[in-house]
Amino acid sequence: MGSTIFEERDRQIHRKGDEPFSMDCDMPSLAGAVSQRACVFCGSRVVLYPIADALHLVHGPIGCAAYTWDIRGALSSGPELHRLSFSTDLQEKDVIFGGEKKLYQALIELINRHSPKGAFVYSTCIVGIIGDDLGAVCRRVSEETGIPVIPVQSEGFKGNKRAGYNAACKALFELVGTGVIDDISPVSINILGDFNLAGEIWIIREYFERMGVQVVANITGDGRIDDIKRSHGASLNVVQCSGSTIDLAIMMERQYGIPFMRVSYFGVEDMAESLYRVANFFSDGDTDIMDRTRELVRNELAQLYPLLEKYRKDLMGKKAAIYVGGAFKAFSLVKAFRLIGMDVALVGSQTGTEEDYRELYDITDPGTIIVDDSNPLELSSFLQEKDVDIFVGGVKERPIAYKLGVGFCDHNHERKEALEGFVGMLNFAREVHSTVMSPVWRFSPRRISQHSSYELSLKAV
Amino acid sequence: MKALAEHFVSTTNSCKLCKPLGACLAFRGIEGCVPFLHGSQGCATYMRRYIISHFREPMDIASSSLGEKSAIYGGGPNLKLGLRNLMNKYNPQIVGIATTCLTETIGDDTSRYVTEFCQEFEEFLNFHGRPELVTVSTPSYSGSYMEGFHAAVESVVAKLAKNEAVVDSVNLFPGFISPADTRYLKEILADFGLKATVLPDISETLDAPALAGYEKIPAGGARLNDIRAMGGALASVEFGRSIIGSHTPGNILLQKFHQPLYSSGTPIGLQETDRFFEILEKLSGIPTPEKHALERGRLVDSYIDGHKYVFGQKAVIYGEMDIVIGITSLLVETGMKPVLVATGSSSKNFRNAIEDVCSGILEEFPVVMEDVDFFDIASEIKSLEPNLLLGNSKGHRLSKEMDVPLIRVGFPIHDRFGGHRQFSIGYRGAQNLFDLIVNTLIQRKQDSSDIGYGYI
Ligand code: SF4
Ligand code: SF4
Repeated sequence: MGSTIFEERDRQIHRKGDEPFSMDCDMPSLAGAVSQRACVFCGSRVVLYPIADALHLVHGPIGCAAYTWDIRGALSSGPELHRLSFSTDLQEKDVIFGGEKKLYQALIELINRHSPKGAFVYSTCIVGIIGDDLGAVCRRVSEETGIPVIPVQSEGFKGNKRAGYNAACKALFELVGTGVIDDISPVSINILGDFNLAGEIWIIREYFERMGVQVVANITGDGRIDDIKRSHGASLNVVQCSGSTIDLAIMMERQYGIPFMRVSYFGVEDMAESLYRVANFFSDGDTDIMDRTRELVRNELAQLYPLLEKYRKDLMGKKAAIYVGGAFKAFSLVKAFRLIGMDVALVGSQTGTEEDYRELYDITDPGTIIVDDSNPLELSSFLQEKDVDIFVGGVKERPIAYKLGVGFCDHNHERKEALEGFVGMLNFAREVHSTVMSPVWRFSPRRISQHSSYELSLKAV
Repeated sequence: MKALAEHFVSTTNSCKLCKPLGACLAFRGIEGCVPFLHGSQGCATYMRRYIISHFREPMDIASSSLGEKSAIYGGGPNLKLGLRNLMNKYNPQIVGIATTCLTETIGDDTSRYVTEFCQEFEEFLNFHGRPELVTVSTPSYSGSYMEGFHAAVESVVAKLAKNEAVVDSVNLFPGFISPADTRYLKEILADFGLKATVLPDISETLDAPALAGYEKIPAGGARLNDIRAMGGALASVEFGRSIIGSHTPGNILLQKFHQPLYSSGTPIGLQETDRFFEILEKLSGIPTPEKHALERGRLVDSYIDGHKYVFGQKAVIYGEMDIVIGITSLLVETGMKPVLVATGSSSKNFRNAIEDVCSGILEEFPVVMEDVDFFDIASEIKSLEPNLLLGNSKGHRLSKEMDVPLIRVGFPIHDRFGGHRQFSIGYRGAQNLFDLIVNTLIQRKQDSSDIGYGYI
């Protein structure tokens, strides 16, 4: 049997060592490899899904909708329409004769039933093939119902998740600029690229509010149609997460002249830095904002550090592997592991760009493996080679880790623990601790030899 | 067609899953097999995630990862490339290729591509030990995941089973049952002294022990040579009232090789299990071994001990047809009152099967709904005031909204632990389910009473 690396993928893997950095990425997934990636539709769904008062209708066969029903822990403080799964469930006759009529009827039926503030209609693979005119149907329904009905061009095969992010941003951009903006403070922002998993956006919003910054729209965690409509009234877009909403920020900058900055809320350093940069942006007009922000960070850290210390002691020198959707998150994770005393042996992402990987290269230790668009065979061989104590990934990666007797932390869209903000760092440390320090690994076959003292004690009994 | 509810155009919270998912699950029960989806990447990844969340086991599904070009010019080249890559890395003994909506819609002739592949890459295939390539057509816009499951088993049997030699074993097609149930089923067969090929056999592949190294293809599953020999077996046994009389693996063997076929309901509950054990007695020529007779005896004893807790309690059952039929049978025989049985798919047998397992005991038959989603179930259920829901974990919202407890059975179970280790079939499964039901009702009573009851 050959090696576990597909030759074609050689250039999507880099081991930090003597060779200068060079890597391929943003390639289509290799046929026959079990890619951990999803599709364009998945990317769009991730971005738009948390808008809680919108109707999200998946135009396509049933699977695409069924597999995305309530899979993400994006919380809402009000309506929960986003947690229902709507589909046109296309049947054979629709595929042959076209699905426009069914789409129209389904939209009218659902809008009458739920009175949403707006609707997103997602196109799936076969819709792209049968050629339904989504735009025309949406326009008609919008006219008849008086709410925005927005097509999302997310045919699965037309690229990868990033293309889906782009399609979602285009859809969002149709809403922006259609609301009233008179009562918005000059010290105001939109939060982009946070999806309110486990209530995270509430943590972040609260920081900004303590700093005296008005948050106009959450895009999209705990999001609302009306807020997004008037989001062009904010003075700054604060964008988190690699690719997902950056396109919207760029479009808004072009059209409305709103500047944006990229931030991360994971880990202590990045969290504090993000707040400082926002404060700095407004410090000309609001001379006290910097002081308030320093005060906030000081308070948070004073609470956090003593609590972190006990985890740090246990975790010192343990090894971690990271494989996440976007590379931006990976940067923060590398730093967060460092803060709790751990070493990163592998880091990769599904959709990073060359620039992202270069940055990862710069911040990691020699010997670290950097990988783009990996698959179970590769990941498992890396985990074994590096003999790591924890693997950070998504649900699809979990059984790989567990089967090999390696700890695991879900840092994906399905997580149930808030990992952002200062409190998130503590949750992260606790979660890492709860898996790395568990006694169960000593029973796993891979670890048995490493616990020979334990075996000896067994024999002695 | 929906039986009672108003017919809606839109679907809300689907009660069915798409066809290729079932095919992948079935292929997972064959030794050395890798499921392969001919379509775009997203479908495979979504299904993997869905399956993994239930079994908590690795589930590799390869994909031909079609992009825009293939969608226009056809997916043949990607399929062939994908197969080669897969063989290089996984060295499978068999690849189960299922189509998806996309490839069906663009009109890809998948079996032709595979034939071409075998001609074009003969040497390559020889080098890899001539893996079997089985294709199954699974467009999701007609049918649900259990149809995909059965279709995959059928394709495997149609393609591989021969009758070159008479073998003294029986074929058992259990449908989709849990790994724990599959292990138990094999134990029963062994206790009857019967050699058997269970297809699919997910007992190890989807419930494996912790390992020292990652297995590219999980160990276990029905062996290829045993599948090839199926045509010469003594008889076939097939579970599932919903599929009786349709194209099934057992029927293929019957037609091709005149092999006797015994059809039985999925053996859930005492009576359905009795029917299965009768078949086993006939096939083995021996009476039910004492171990199982005792298990049966204890089950009956517990039915008696627990009958008052459950009598007249109203239940709603939903999910895949054969599980629903079996659970209904168990509930009826213990004195409960199914008021609504619902499924996201449909079959000409479903209503009859439900009436059949109810007749003789229940005076008033439950409402039967086919081709429904959770919105339909929710609208129907309100006036029925059930005490208990039984079905997969996707009913948890319904359960919460109505404040009626839900007992999780079948697939998927995404919000509880160990769903794949749950016993549902046979006397052991009936015992497990009955205990669960009684305890759920008791807990309800305890929780809702001011006194609390220390003895119930
Ligand atoms: S396209 Fe078809 S096969 Fe793919 S997920 Fe959707 S329903 Fe399932
Ligand atoms: S059919 Fe297309 S859109 Fe739907 S899940 Fe599959 S790849 Fe994604």
